[in-house]
Amino acid sequence: MTSIILPAYAGEQHVSQVRVIRSEWTKLRSLPSTIWCLLAMVTLVIGVGLAYATLRGARPPADPSTFDSTSVSLAGMQLAQFAIGVLGVLFITGEYATGSIRVSLAAVPRRLQMLWGKAVTFGLTTLVLAVPAVLVAFFAGQSILSAENLDTGLGEPGVSRAVLGSALFLTAVGLLGLGLGALLRNTAAGISALFGLLFAPQLVLGLLPESMSDAAYRYLPTPAGAAVSSIHQDPLALGPWTGLGLFCLYTAIVLGLAAWQLRRRDA
Amino acid sequence: MIEARQLTKRYGDKLAVDGLTFTVRPGIVTGFLGPNGAGKSTTMRVILGLDAPTSGSVLVNGKPYREHTAPLHEVGALLEARSIHPGRSAYNHLLALAHTSGIHRSRVDEVIEAVGLSGVARRRAGKFSLGMGQRLGIATALLGDPRTVILDEPLNGLDTEGIRWVRTLLQSLAAEGRTVFVSSHLMNEMALTAQHLIVIGKGRLIADTDMAEFIRTRSRSVARVRTTHPDALAARLSGPDVEISSDQDKTLIVSGLTTDQIGMTAGAAGITLLELTAQQASLEEAFIDLTRDAVEYRANTVGASS
Repeated sequence: MTSIILPAYAGEQHVSQVRVIRSEWTKLRSLPSTIWCLLAMVTLVIGVGLAYATLRGARPPADPSTFDSTSVSLAGMQLAQFAIGVLGVLFITGEYATGSIRVSLAAVPRRLQMLWGKAVTFGLTTLVLAVPAVLVAFFAGQSILSAENLDTGLGEPGVSRAVLGSALFLTAVGLLGLGLGALLRNTAAGISALFGLLFAPQLVLGLLPESMSDAAYRYLPTPAGAAVSSIHQDPLALGPWTGLGLFCLYTAIVLGLAAWQLRRRDA
Repeated sequence: MIEARQLTKRYGDKLAVDGLTFTVRPGIVTGFLGPNGAGKSTTMRVILGLDAPTSGSVLVNGKPYREHTAPLHEVGALLEARSIHPGRSAYNHLLALAHTSGIHRSRVDEVIEAVGLSGVARRRAGKFSLGMGQRLGIATALLGDPRTVILDEPLNGLDTEGIRWVRTLLQSLAAEGRTVFVSSHLMNEMALTAQHLIVIGKGRLIADTDMAEFIRTRSRSVARVRTTHPDALAARLSGPDVEISSDQDKTLIVSGLTTDQIGMTAGAAGITLLELTAQQASLEEAFIDLTRDAVEYRANTVGASS
């Protein structure tokens, strides 16, 4: 019969926010599904950007002055946001689905440390991958478009803002997913809510009279967040930073609600 | 040390835990016994601050669990086996947990080695058997070298060798001065493992007793007697709390008397005994009787009030 041989452990063991972040990073990197979702985000940003730039380069516009070569090369963001948003949801609902949330919260009894730990870890990881992804998509897209003399450079007005702003937008979508997952504690509900928030308001608005819908459109999550990535200002949209700021505000509200629920509800 | 005072937990209409008061002391294994659905797991979740009590309180090592700044060193818990993402390895699961408290990764290797999972610790946990899941859960509980260990049904899914291993482990943890609180729905498992018993049924405390005391008072002694004069002996043994039956010629099954009492009665009457054997009464039956009473009591009160 094997009896247990386990030495005592003398090290100090106080929970801190930094330690929780390190723990969340270990959780994030140790799941194959996370790696796949992050790869999908990068691949979609670059791959779809290249494909769309090729497509638009093959059919040059009649009036090049209205052509937004920056947003063409960043077109992949439209799909990549779903990959990162879904991963944000899964990063926390996966723990509820498997019951490991109880292990996590028993180890971190001050529960908000866990939520902030997840947000910091996931936000930074997304940003660190999204910035190179959008830069690669931008430069590769411009080199394709340069064949038709449609390309632009990072130094042109608004271009670097649009490129880096897109990476920030992807990060915010990921955190929105995380917040929805934490709030709803269920993968299917979290993903549905994410897609609902990103798509449904535009559809509902389409049913309203034009005067009302035009006024409200700019405040919807997707148009607000997307404003940062276009060079030519859409008259119906908010300014680029105001729009992204509003999107971040929505994300902060969802995370705030999630934090409130996490403290209040049983695990 | 775990101190529950009038602990009550209500989920909607359902009263899962109803005014529980008990103390779990260090240095011994305390069994937490009750039928399925009695409120054992709920009580354990409340102890760990995962569910908030509706009223009452529970302290672990002198404080509410959530106020401990080094929780893994205070309490190691196994709540559900296989509470691990199936895509993650046991090693990374434990490492992530260790990081929350700054526990060094060498400790992760130590607990994996101790529970015998070294061979599979780097593989995805999705393919773990229930027994391996229990071992991982025990590794999780031991990670922080905790003063108090709380295990919910740790013997479920283990084979005979595994059960003996957990028993030895629990007893050695208690011998080191730790508080060990282990739930089970099987009396016989606990009889061999625990020195103290807390029994609940439908969320209420039924018994809080020393194990030896429980065995002495709750299990009726049964003796098998073979004699040359069964009828004469039966007549002398009969009494208000004594049941006598006969399963074959010259043999009596006597419950309610010790073998000493039977032997002395026979000797005094000059009746020759051919065999006198004490038979272990079933603790499981004693436990079922005990908890059935609680269930019936509640059912009767409902019937009386309607």
